[in-house]
Amino acid sequence: MKYVLSRLSFFIVSVWAAVTINFVLPRMMPGNPADAMFAKFQNNLTPQAMTALKLEFGFSNQPLIVQYFDYLKGLITLHWGLSFTYYPTPTKTVIAHSLPWTIGLVGITTLISVFLGTGLGILIAWRRGGALDNTLPIVSLFFQAAPYMWTGLLLLYFLSFKLGWFPLAHGYALSVQPSWSISFILSVLKHAILPGITIFLGSFSGWLIGMRNNMILTLGEDYVVFAEAKGVRPSRLMLMYAARNAILPQITSFAIAIGNVVSGSILTEVVFSYPGIGAQLQAAVLQQDYPLIQAAFLMIALSVLLANLLVDLLYSRLDPRVRAGGATV
Amino acid sequence: MSKVQPVLEIEDVTVVYDSPSGPVQAVSDVNLTVYPGTIVGLIGESGSGKSTLANAIMRLLRGNARLTKGQIRVMGTDIYALSKRELRTFRWSRMSMVFQSAMTALNPVMTVEKQIVDTFRSHRPQMSVKEAKERARDLLRLVRIDEKHLRSFPHELSGGMRQRVVIAIAIALEPQLVIMDEPTTALDVVVQRSILNQIQELQAERGFAILFISHDFSLVTEIASRVAIMYAGRMVENTEAKVLLPEVDHHPYTEGLMRAIPRLTYEDVVIEGIQGHPPDLIDLPSGCAYSPRCPYATAACMEIRPTLHRLSHATIECHLYSPTKEGDSEWPAKQLLYKSTT
Repeated sequence: MKYVLSRLSFFIVSVWAAVTINFVLPRMMPGNPADAMFAKFQNNLTPQAMTALKLEFGFSNQPLIVQYFDYLKGLITLHWGLSFTYYPTPTKTVIAHSLPWTIGLVGITTLISVFLGTGLGILIAWRRGGALDNTLPIVSLFFQAAPYMWTGLLLLYFLSFKLGWFPLAHGYALSVQPSWSISFILSVLKHAILPGITIFLGSFSGWLIGMRNNMILTLGEDYVVFAEAKGVRPSRLMLMYAARNAILPQITSFAIAIGNVVSGSILTEVVFSYPGIGAQLQAAVLQQDYPLIQAAFLMIALSVLLANLLVDLLYSRLDPRVRAGGATV
Repeated sequence: MSKVQPVLEIEDVTVVYDSPSGPVQAVSDVNLTVYPGTIVGLIGESGSGKSTLANAIMRLLRGNARLTKGQIRVMGTDIYALSKRELRTFRWSRMSMVFQSAMTALNPVMTVEKQIVDTFRSHRPQMSVKEAKERARDLLRLVRIDEKHLRSFPHELSGGMRQRVVIAIAIALEPQLVIMDEPTTALDVVVQRSILNQIQELQAERGFAILFISHDFSLVTEIASRVAIMYAGRMVENTEAKVLLPEVDHHPYTEGLMRAIPRLTYEDVVIEGIQGHPPDLIDLPSGCAYSPRCPYATAACMEIRPTLHRLSHATIECHLYSPTKEGDSEWPAKQLLYKSTT
């Protein structure tokens, strides 16, 4: 319980720090969003219109500290400002429309990659030197070594453009309406397959080889040999004695990967014109859409911190030495 | 003696490690018999092959190690003739082993209770979890650990307690043979003593035989009735423990070991080490492996491998005790106290 409280308070402090940095950074950049806006309208604005615009976007000349508290209040009450790119759509609406696509595509693909990679890693380490162990790491490493957006482009070119098996872009076909109908879901799945495969190929090898190597090290541990000697069944020995310990470092990597779900998909989403938050972020940067960039960064920071909190709590369930605080060998 | 079925019979066992520079014999032509209810000590310095022999008996040789010659029988059963399935149930119910590494032999993410229960349930699937837990509590009581530690994880226990838990697991299925591979090495002297007393008590109570492996000469001579001494993978002497005295004939290596023991009871005793280093197993002398360090060694020792000679109190692999020596000046000699019988 004490452990949970300490992790929670750490989480709250980190969120506050992330939020504050998110406030400070844009204000330290040369120029300001108002000038950027002004430039965008190419001097066709009267000073009155400019002031009106500034007010509408929430720019003010108030002292920083007042702005800071206004910003915090805005955050909590979900007033995140309006997007320049999609004016007058609020940024939170833009985020709300793009985030589910990213979480759906990258999140689910990451989970598949983690579970399949870890599971197969356990198996090939257990049957070390077997046929699967001799082929799978090399094949998967080949795809990991290739830049994933390049893999994506190749898939897109051959499977979609040349063969026409898969759609070229977007999250679903224009002919279907977003709803919970079968045809829409099938369309979403069909659009997700190629970007999904791209992300999977780019990350699978890390999970597979990481788990395999942890597992091989653990299989040499005294407690595994001791358990084998005392007659524990092979399946139980593999899972409860070896894999149960070998999986712990994977959990940490998992936290980082989950945190990267929101941020790490930019290139894939751009290549496949996928309507996720990564593509939005790229568009926002090109358009100097500060509110949207800020909101996207906030989402990334929050997801990384939240993933870390969850994994910390999970880790304490999996490794009793962490719960006690200060591990001894 | 001959009518009693030995718990452990080791016949001409050779274990080889494959290395890039060729096979290395870690254990060479070793013979050893352990009778029920006895404690046999196995002594040797690091690298002499004692742990390899222990792993060979448990059929736990891993990686590049393999048994190339000989037979190991436990309760009359050839260990290496068993199928993997048979081995899993045979091992631990007939023979078990206490590992050298008290600190790392327990699974860090499982409670003590679970690890003991696992031992029972792996061998007796029909035993209920409730009964297995009951047995686990009894076992902890037997090795004098408070039953509240059933719920403890290994990292919450001291080194001595962990080794007690390992011993509890080793005797859980009441095996006839328990191999103890330096069971107290990782512990401080006070804890060593209490663990040792514990082992002796349990042994007296339950009557299992122990093969006690150690490099601590005085420790082994104290608890064992017979002592086997290994040097460079060969068993150079097998003797009764009570005759391990300076005034009795032994292998020159054994004599060296005895001279190296500090004795608090004598005054002005010079403690001598053995000159030189243990040999490189890849490049053994063609004759006696100990000859480069042996004070009695002659040219014959360097070239001709000695055979086992049976004396009334011991079996010794040394030319000193060979009754037939052809020629005369080349052979090692010393004033013998016992007459050789073969």
